[in-house]
This record gives sequence, C-alpha cells and structure tokens, in this order.
Amino acid sequence: MSFGPHLLLATLEGLVTAAVLALTALGLSLVFGVMRVVNVAHGEFFMLGAVLAWAVTTALGGHPAIGFLLALVVSPLIVGGIALVAERLVLRRLNYNPEATIVATIGMLYILQQAALTFYGPEARPVEPPFNYRILLPWFGYSGYKLSIVGASILLMIAAWFVLTKTRIGLVMRATQYDRETAQAFGIPVDRVYAGVFALGAMLAAVAAVLVVPIQQAHYLMGLDPLLLSFIVVIIGGLGSLRGTVVAAVLIGLSDGIISVFFSPTLAKMIATLLVALVLVFRPQGLFGTVAR
Amino acid sequence: MSRDRATLPTYALHAAVILGLFLLQFVLPEYHHGVLARVMVLAVFAMGYNLLFGYTGLLSLGHAMFFSAGLYGAGLAIEHLGWSMLPAFGAGLAVGALLGLVIGLLALRTTGVAFMIVTMMFAQVFYLVTLYFADWTHGDEGFVIAQPLRQVSIGNLYFDLTQPATRYTAAWLLFSIVLIVTLLIVRSAHGRVLIAIRENEERTRMLGYDAFANKLVAVVVSAIICAAAGAAYAILFGYVGSTFASVQYSILPLLWVLLGGGATTLGPILGTLFMYYIVDITSAFTSAYLFIVGLALILLVLFFPKGVLGTIRDRWLGWLP
Repeated sequence: MSFGPHLLLATLEGLVTAAVLALTALGLSLVFGVMRVVNVAHGEFFMLGAVLAWAVTTALGGHPAIGFLLALVVSPLIVGGIALVAERLVLRRLNYNPEATIVATIGMLYILQQAALTFYGPEARPVEPPFNYRILLPWFGYSGYKLSIVGASILLMIAAWFVLTKTRIGLVMRATQYDRETAQAFGIPVDRVYAGVFALGAMLAAVAAVLVVPIQQAHYLMGLDPLLLSFIVVIIGGLGSLRGTVVAAVLIGLSDGIISVFFSPTLAKMIATLLVALVLVFRPQGLFGTVAR
Repeated sequence: MSRDRATLPTYALHAAVILGLFLLQFVLPEYHHGVLARVMVLAVFAMGYNLLFGYTGLLSLGHAMFFSAGLYGAGLAIEHLGWSMLPAFGAGLAVGALLGLVIGLLALRTTGVAFMIVTMMFAQVFYLVTLYFADWTHGDEGFVIAQPLRQVSIGNLYFDLTQPATRYTAAWLLFSIVLIVTLLIVRSAHGRVLIAIRENEERTRMLGYDAFANKLVAVVVSAIICAAAGAAYAILFGYVGSTFASVQYSILPLLWVLLGGGATTLGPILGTLFMYYIVDITSAFTSAYLFIVGLALILLVLFFPKGVLGTIRDRWLGWLP
C-alpha cells in the first residue's frame, strides 16, 4: 500500500479512537467540572461497561444485534448504578475533598479491577459486532461498524450539547459548576446534582466501552489507557469545556492513530504524555480553556 | 514549651526502635527475617514519600519514578558499566537527586489536583522510558544482578550482601540513617517551614519565607531518600524491572503512609509492616490482593485519615514527632 491510502487508513483508525475517546473524556470532564473531583476510577467504569456488554450478549445469545442493543442499554445502567452507590457511600462522606477523593477513587479502581478479575477472569473476550458490512474503498475494505461508532459518537455528543445548553437539567448542572453555594441558595439540590453527574459520567464511559468492545476485546485491565487518554484530552481541552473536549479528542485520537501507524506505539504514548504534562505545567487552563475565576 | 520537654522521650523512642529492629534479627525465624529486611527498605521509600506528603502536604502520585530512578541508576551502573556496589549506590542517589530537581522545578509550578496529575504523568513517561529502552532495561521482564556483583570489600573488610544476615544489617543501617535524618529534618527550622506551608502556604509566604525554595528542597530530599531505597533494593535483592516504575508503586507508599500515619516519623515503617503482613496473611485465603489494597485505601480515608500513629498522637501522645 502506498503512502496516501496508508495515511487514509491511519486517519480512519484515528477517527474511531477519537469518537470513543470524546465520549469517555466527556464523562471525566463533567465530573471534574461540576464536582471538582478527579475520578481515577473512570477507566474502570469503562472496563466494567465492556465486560458487562460481553456478559449481556453471551447470556442472551441469538442474533448479535439484539444482544448488542440490549447491552447498549443495560450495561450503562448497571455501571451508573454502581457509580451512584459509590458516590453516596464514599465520595459524599468525604465532602468532595480533592485529595481524599483521589485516594478513595484509587481504592475503587483496585476494587473494581479485582472484581472483574475474580468474576470475569484474566482472558480477553470478544463481542460479536451487531452487523458485518465492509465498505469497499478502491485501496482497501473498511469495517462499516467502525464508521458507525463515529456516527453514534457524533449523535451522542450533539445530544450532550443539547442537554447541557438547552434544557433545565443542563442549566442546573452549569449553575452548580459555576458556583456551588449560590446554586444551593437558589434552591438547586446540589447534593442530588452531584450524585447524578457522577453516575452520568460513569454511564458515558460505559456507553463508549460498549461501542468499542466489538472491535477491541473486553479485558479486566483495559481501563488504564482510556483513563490516561481521557486525562490528556480533558487537560488539553480545558476542564469542563464540551467544545474543548471534542476538539482535543479529535486531535489526540488522530495523532495517536497516525503516530502509532508510522512509529512505535510506546514512543507515541511517551511523547504525548510528556507534552501534556508540560501543557499542564505551563498552561494549566488547557489549550482552549479560559483562565478560571 | 511542651515540644522542648518532649525531646528526651522522642530520642529515647527512636533509639529504642532502632535498637529493637537490630536485635530482632537474632530472634526472628528465617522467613520473617527476610520479610523484615525487605520491609525496612520499603519503609525508607515510604519515609521519603512521607516527607513530601505528610509534612509538606504535597500529594504526589509519581514517586515510583524516584524509587526506580535509584533502582535503575544503581542496577544499570552495575550491569552495564561494571561499577562496584558503592559507586553504583551513589549513582542511584545522583540520578534520583537530578530527577527530583527537574521534576520539582516543573511540577511545583502547579498546585493541588494539577500537581497530582502532573507527577503521575511524569512517572508514566519514566515507566514508558524503561519499557522503550528494553535493550538495556529488559523492560517488564527486568534483569537479575548476579551474586558476585553484590559483594564489596572496604579495606580489609568483606561484605557479601547476598547473605541474609549481612543483608538485614545493611537494610537496618539504611533505615536507621534515614529515620534519624528524617527526625532531624522535621525538627529543624526547614522542617517547621514545611509544616507551615502544609497548613497555610499564603501565610507562610507572607511571613517572609520562600515557599517555592522550601518545597523544592523537600522534593529533592524526598527524591534522594526514595532513590536510596530503590538503589538499596536493587543491590540487596538483586532484581531490577519496570514493574517498580508502574503506577502501582506510586500508590503503595501513599497507602503505607496513610496507614501508619502521615507526618509521623515512625508511621511509614509501621504502615509498611502492617500492610505487608495483611497482604501476606490474607493471601493464604484469597488471591484478591488488589481488593484488600483498594478497601484499605477507602476505609482509611473515610474513617482514619490520620492513620494509626496520627490517631494515637491525637488521643494520647501529643509529643510524637
């Protein structure tokens, strides 16, 4: 394959990565933006979403599309429920102290990882894609399912944008993010908003995981990479900014795809992580964010 | 002042701990003898972490890089440069100090949550570096330092650090030195400034102290202590691998210090010892070792944020350093 088609393939792969990443990072960004909590267990909610998708499709059998659609509904709901319980039992009692919540979410990370290892096992298991359709390009065939991930992600991001900017729920969330105490004074149930946002953040990660699991097998350690990449996206995009998250996800996804195709993946990760750490040091508000009040 | 009257019990307690640990080697059964040597080296790692986290109030999630800087600094010098043990140990310390200085200069520009994420990311870069240069480091698999390379003669004296008794004494010596150094640091003027920074950085700055310089010194000293633990680990136990640079080894010292009690000089050894035996004992019933670690972290932060010694100090012994 010559350079042009090779680049096209890398770009397509990068777009798929970006689509999944945007959803996962949006969850992390919402939780940080509204609650000021760095959720280190976010990657494990992603992993749980994928593992549950495998469990649902395997238990159901039949046509892969039915199992997949059911998983798309059931898996985020269960993950959201687990996140809700964790938030009520642990984070709320810590009064959302930044350092204590980081330590506590590290604890959750280990517990969820161990639970997956104990009940699901160390194997990586595949999930059947809901449909098999290859789009034939002049140079190579490309999986139609992968492109549908990009489509689904775009739809979900538009929905998220709509909810955040045009509905009452979004207004309440933005008010809480902007000034917790004033929001409380105006009768916004901040406590319930926090619980809802934490669950929603976890559900977004789970949806992303269900979408990606047909092309990337479910494994109990799969949460670490999405966690680090989401951190990177959220930092580059500026915390709590939807537009920044999308732009940064596309940027990181594409460069990750392209660098990994042409260079060593370890080198790509090394350079990306170093650059992002330096962004955080020298431009803490992110490349697209504005200075916080 | 009660602090000055507390000088005698403080030194007596530390002397007793040091002496007790020395004498323990003659009574412990073989297995626990080996465990304690390892725990003492890991406790040095925890003490270095405690200086920054407990006393200065800087929560780093990247201390694995300082530990493994010492580990690789010493290990690679022995393996590839053919250095003997003592210069290799020095190389480990030097690498740790340099890394501490660079990371400190960069990471201290951030505060709070950003500091945690930045340190975690630098540590991740360090981990990936150890994987990328697998030709020298052998990546995940690591390498073993051959037994003849772990022996040293100073003058007429000859030490074989692969011998359990010598190894125990070496670990004990390092532990004792670092314990005394930590005690002196936290009782010094610099140590008081660090505590003041933890309590209220703005006010400390207003009183005329250079908060940045003091924090930088704390990061570098913490890095050197952690590197000393890493270098000693490489030499005493003869294994160097990238696992020690992974995120998990940044979390473990945090767990040990939280358990034993942050900002207490003896908390780190207590926490390390407890955790080692908790994992050791429970592993007889279950392989779910990560579950224990996770649960311990959550329970500690929920119910005992000050750890064992911190709680004892609050309730009964106000003079504990």
